Amino acid sequence: MSSTTNTTTIGTIGAPSRRNTELAMLIFAVLIPVFAYVNVGLAKDGSVPAGVLGYSLGLGLLAGVAHLVVRKWAPYADPLMLPIGTLLNGLGLIFIWRLDQEPSLGKAMAPNQLMWSTLGVAFFLAILIFLKDHRVLQRYTYISMVVALVLLVAPVFFPGVNGAKIWITIPGLGSLQPGEFAKIIIAIFFAGYLMVKRDALALASRRFMGLYLPRGRDLGPILVIWALSLMILVFETDLGTSLLFFGLFVVMLYVATERTSWIVFGLLLSAGGAVAVATFESHVQTRVHNWLNPLELLNGGVTETAQAMYSFGSGGILGSGLGQGYSRLILGIAPKSDYILATVGEEVGLAGLMAILLLYGLLIERGIRTALAARDPFGKLLAIGLSGAFALQVFVVAGGVTGLIPLTGMTMPFLAQGGSSVIANWALVAILLRISDTARRPAPAPAPSTDAEMTQVVRP
Amino acid sequence: MNKPLRRVAIFCGLLVLALLVRVNWVQFVQGDALKNDPHNRRVAIERYSTPRGNIIVDGKAITGSTTTDSGDFKYKRTYKSGKMWAPVTGYASQAFDANQLEKLNDGILSGTDDRLFFSRTVDMFTGSKQKGGNVVTTLDAKAQKAAFEGLGTQKGAVAAINPETGAILALASTPSYDPSTFAGMSNKDAEAYSALQKKADPDEPMLNRALRQTYPPGSTFKVVTASAALENGLYDDVDSKTQSPLPYTLPDTSGIELKNEGNIPCENATLREALRVSCNTVFGKISADLGNKKMKAEAEKFGFNDPGINTPVRASESIFPKDNRPQNAMAGIGQASNRATPLQMAMVASAVANGGKLMKPYMVDKLVAPNLNVVQQHTPQEMNRPLSPENAQKVQSIMETVVKEGTGTNAQIPGVTVGGKTGTAQHGENNKDNPYAWFISYAKTDKGTPVAVAVVIEGSDTLRDDIAGGRLAAPVAKRVMQAVLEGEK
Repeated sequence: MSSTTNTTTIGTIGAPSRRNTELAMLIFAVLIPVFAYVNVGLAKDGSVPAGVLGYSLGLGLLAGVAHLVVRKWAPYADPLMLPIGTLLNGLGLIFIWRLDQEPSLGKAMAPNQLMWSTLGVAFFLAILIFLKDHRVLQRYTYISMVVALVLLVAPVFFPGVNGAKIWITIPGLGSLQPGEFAKIIIAIFFAGYLMVKRDALALASRRFMGLYLPRGRDLGPILVIWALSLMILVFETDLGTSLLFFGLFVVMLYVATERTSWIVFGLLLSAGGAVAVATFESHVQTRVHNWLNPLELLNGGVTETAQAMYSFGSGGILGSGLGQGYSRLILGIAPKSDYILATVGEEVGLAGLMAILLLYGLLIERGIRTALAARDPFGKLLAIGLSGAFALQVFVVAGGVTGLIPLTGMTMPFLAQGGSSVIANWALVAILLRISDTARRPAPAPAPSTDAEMTQVVRP
Repeated sequence: MNKPLRRVAIFCGLLVLALLVRVNWVQFVQGDALKNDPHNRRVAIERYSTPRGNIIVDGKAITGSTTTDSGDFKYKRTYKSGKMWAPVTGYASQAFDANQLEKLNDGILSGTDDRLFFSRTVDMFTGSKQKGGNVVTTLDAKAQKAAFEGLGTQKGAVAAINPETGAILALASTPSYDPSTFAGMSNKDAEAYSALQKKADPDEPMLNRALRQTYPPGSTFKVVTASAALENGLYDDVDSKTQSPLPYTLPDTSGIELKNEGNIPCENATLREALRVSCNTVFGKISADLGNKKMKAEAEKFGFNDPGINTPVRASESIFPKDNRPQNAMAGIGQASNRATPLQMAMVASAVANGGKLMKPYMVDKLVAPNLNVVQQHTPQEMNRPLSPENAQKVQSIMETVVKEGTGTNAQIPGVTVGGKTGTAQHGENNKDNPYAWFISYAKTDKGTPVAVAVVIEGSDTLRDDIAGGRLAAPVAKRVMQAVLEGEK
């Protein structure tokens, strides 16, 4: 273990802060959605939409304030994450606004989403300003666990929406998806727990058939989490969240212990769990069936899955153009949330969709790079946990919508409509930025050494 | 911890790579198949995104397109005098696809036909929207109106042909439907459509009786039987006596008599007299004497037993059956298993009127590109020669007698030579259903023979005598012939 000595990015000279790079990219991240906004207006009505000035100013202001806050409170933070978040969030707003233009898809959601995005950025700023050091979070390891469990279990007591019980309804305020926040909080708990237990898990184990088996008291919490994730799946019919949590835990465990056996365990346990659940949970069986037969007709009609595939196919390489697709054929509320990638695929084509997937990829890898650069094990674990969760979420959603894996109900971070999601993801990026700021900050200049003077050549 | 971190980084990279590969597979490899999948609604949206080309009669469009503000489809089909033209146009509906000319020429009308490649390419460069071409028909608006109004509230059909070219001049079927009523895709359209189905309306307004319904042709078939007698040399002269006993017993039966309607002079009657009063005995015997093979061969020369008569809308196959002797004798007077479409009987009249030469019936004169270039032009084709010119003259002469002083006097037109034949076909078990009233005819002037018509009217009240065809169907035929002749002047 040599995490503190092996960080090649840290030197006494100090890495360049890269704040100007961030500013330049932020300008693009604001301009691209603004152009997209104008584009949709021109395509749908033949005129520049009335709200374009307000929207550009709003997005510009948000990005500008965020930049200034980063410059002041996290000057050495990674320069890519904020622009990528801004661009994805901005494009998400455009796609939601574009889908608002379709009367068949229900009431307008873009204004709300804009409000939630503003709130998300405010949350982001608050974290950067008030969380001076991410290691403070370490103190809340067990509180985090309790909070995460409460958040996860809470939706059981609320009615399900669209077949999945993943919502908490607060009268007068709307509904909340606690899973999104639980993702961050549980990463904090895992990071704290593993930092303490990793030596015990890695070393105090017996060798069995080439695998290292840890002691029961160390293994216990893992099995508890595994059982919990399956329970979420069963009671809330939320395949995505359980996969996310379990995957998150396996990845963090692997990083903490450096034992490949954890990956093997994880795969075995999740495969066993998935098969066991799939045998009696009809919801899961339907999803798998739809995945295997995407174009199947249901009661003589075209299914949502097929409509999404048609959207992707009709988009082709270059897409139909913003505002000129027919992804409204995917009925219900899903086009603006889970299925928003279908609109992306149809209207900006393969080229645009790949660009967006690469943006996600870039954000994930910057997060992992932050983990690599972090100097403390807690920061490393937290950063990899957050990035890993983000990566799994992107993979599960995008893979589900494009038919790579069975569909699960999760939101595309930043892009999809949903208040909880956008706030939680801004918070996630804020924590990653805070860790990267700590990691890239130049080491304090060495204390003046008293020996230094003695080695000086004394001239006669 | 950095080694596992790097591995996780690679793993996350692979996840993103898998997504990239997958979207390439879906959007690039499978893209075209998904895009053109028949269940992909965008295909239909595309089809109705531009106004459809028109079906033209007498230089005027009988169809149109109108913009709709509801739903995905921008344009929908409209029809002028939809009920009258429905047997010609068919329908094109956003919700219920299309049929007949609308369907057969869909490529031209929607502008996607490969033969419009040039005009499409020009449109692409000039940036104008894809346009549909037009279908120019051979129909005669006045004749069609006369036919449709002549049928009125009765159930029946009219087919009129120009004997010299085979061009179809009128094609009416009643009761009819207005294709405009379900051209869109609203609930109202769906209701209108289901109300027209056989389940809801036993009169089957959407059945194209002129082309798609076969009836026993009754006495009008005697024209074919007379032709067969002359062509096979059974009789040479239409005015010499035939050897026909009265009563006539069907061959191979133990005394089943073929009856005539009423007390008409049929014993050893001449062909002229037999056709004038419509003797069953004479023609039944001719059919029996010639035998099934020869009768069938002659009927086939007129177009029977041909499943592929495309106008281009395919007409149902008219049947002259292979049958035993008594049945064959009955078929000779248009009964038994003998079945003909109104178009088929119009073809019979037109072949006789055209000197024995049967022209292939057609109703699309040309297909025109949006830029008015002719994409396809029909040239009249001879289909067959069921009669020699001399025998055609003879059959004409006896058909003219029918109109002059026989059962078809209701079809007389002053100053015009009209030849015709009435028919009343019995059907149902023991002939208990109302018979079909038939009339086939042609009109001749000194300038030529511009029209041959077949009219059939179903459920002709209680009239069971052979005069029914003359009384009910002949006036309709007369109106149609007059309408065509007026246009000729």
